Amino acid sequence: MLNGKYALITGANRGIGKAIVEIFARNKCNIIANSRTGGSLENLGSELKDQYRIKFHPLYFDVSDSDQVKESFKELIKITKDLDIVVNNAGVLVNNLLGMVSKKTINDVFSVNAFAAIYVMQYASRLMIKNQKGSIINISSIVGVAGNAGQVVYSGSKSALLGITRSAAKELAAYNIRVNSIAPGFIDTDMIKSLSPEKYKERFDSIKMKRLGTPEDVANCALFLASDLSSYITGQVIGVDGGMLI
Amino acid sequence: MNNTDRLRRIFAEALNIKIETVIDSLEYNSIPEWDSVAHMSLVAAIDDGFDIMLETDDVIDMSSFAKAKEILGKYDVEF
Repeated sequence: MLNGKYALITGANRGIGKAIVEIFARNKCNIIANSRTGGSLENLGSELKDQYRIKFHPLYFDVSDSDQVKESFKELIKITKDLDIVVNNAGVLVNNLLGMVSKKTINDVFSVNAFAAIYVMQYASRLMIKNQKGSIINISSIVGVAGNAGQVVYSGSKSALLGITRSAAKELAAYNIRVNSIAPGFIDTDMIKSLSPEKYKERFDSIKMKRLGTPEDVANCALFLASDLSSYITGQVIGVDGGMLI
Repeated sequence: MNNTDRLRRIFAEALNIKIETVIDSLEYNSIPEWDSVAHMSLVAAIDDGFDIMLETDDVIDMSSFAKAKEILGKYDVEF
């Protein structure tokens, strides 16, 4: 489905990001994988290169640091100038009730979950403009759509990402660059392991399909949005949540 | 082709204007063809044409053809 294309995927070393890398690789997409942690992508890269005969390039940088993003794009254009797909997946989850939210927490969470997508899109879109094509996928959250108690900062940052998505879609449509967002629900990743048993049950019980989402469920949606199957879809938010109500 | 001619050609093609009109005094937003949308196409074309990645501040500062030459000097492009 993505034969020979190049995709940059942030937060690629675990969870949803890793699943997206694996499904894209299975579909013969060349991968530029980002993580903040040096060395964390080497094993994954070796496996995928052997298994699927694709190109795999790790790029280690902090997406919330605009200077690091800039320098990394200088590296990226040495790999390819034909960037077809970007998945802004890197994110942090913080739960804080109002009254207990520090300024640092607000800055840190918005920096990773929202500002980083702007930093990355600013450079990525220039490569895509040249080629007059591209697909950008921003991984938001169901709480970015619906809000959630105890998650003012997290949901605010994910809502910001939806606004960023819709505006970028309008701005970049003229260049045949599509920008969409995925809003995952309750997905079986490390992020949910910090929940108390009560919270876990409460969330689980709100899922109409009565199962946790998997990273692969989200990755399949990303594959659709990255591929030409969604060639007339832009500025949209797709929930991958099993009918979860929040 | 020297770098001035190369840059003039990039401007002409990206903005869809005659190459004769690409002179030092040509300024951003001074003609309908060089608006904010075209500016990003121009930046992408300059990136590609000179094998560089302009920094965001330089993209914002690139307010004329003369300024573009000055900025490209920072990227070791000689005029």
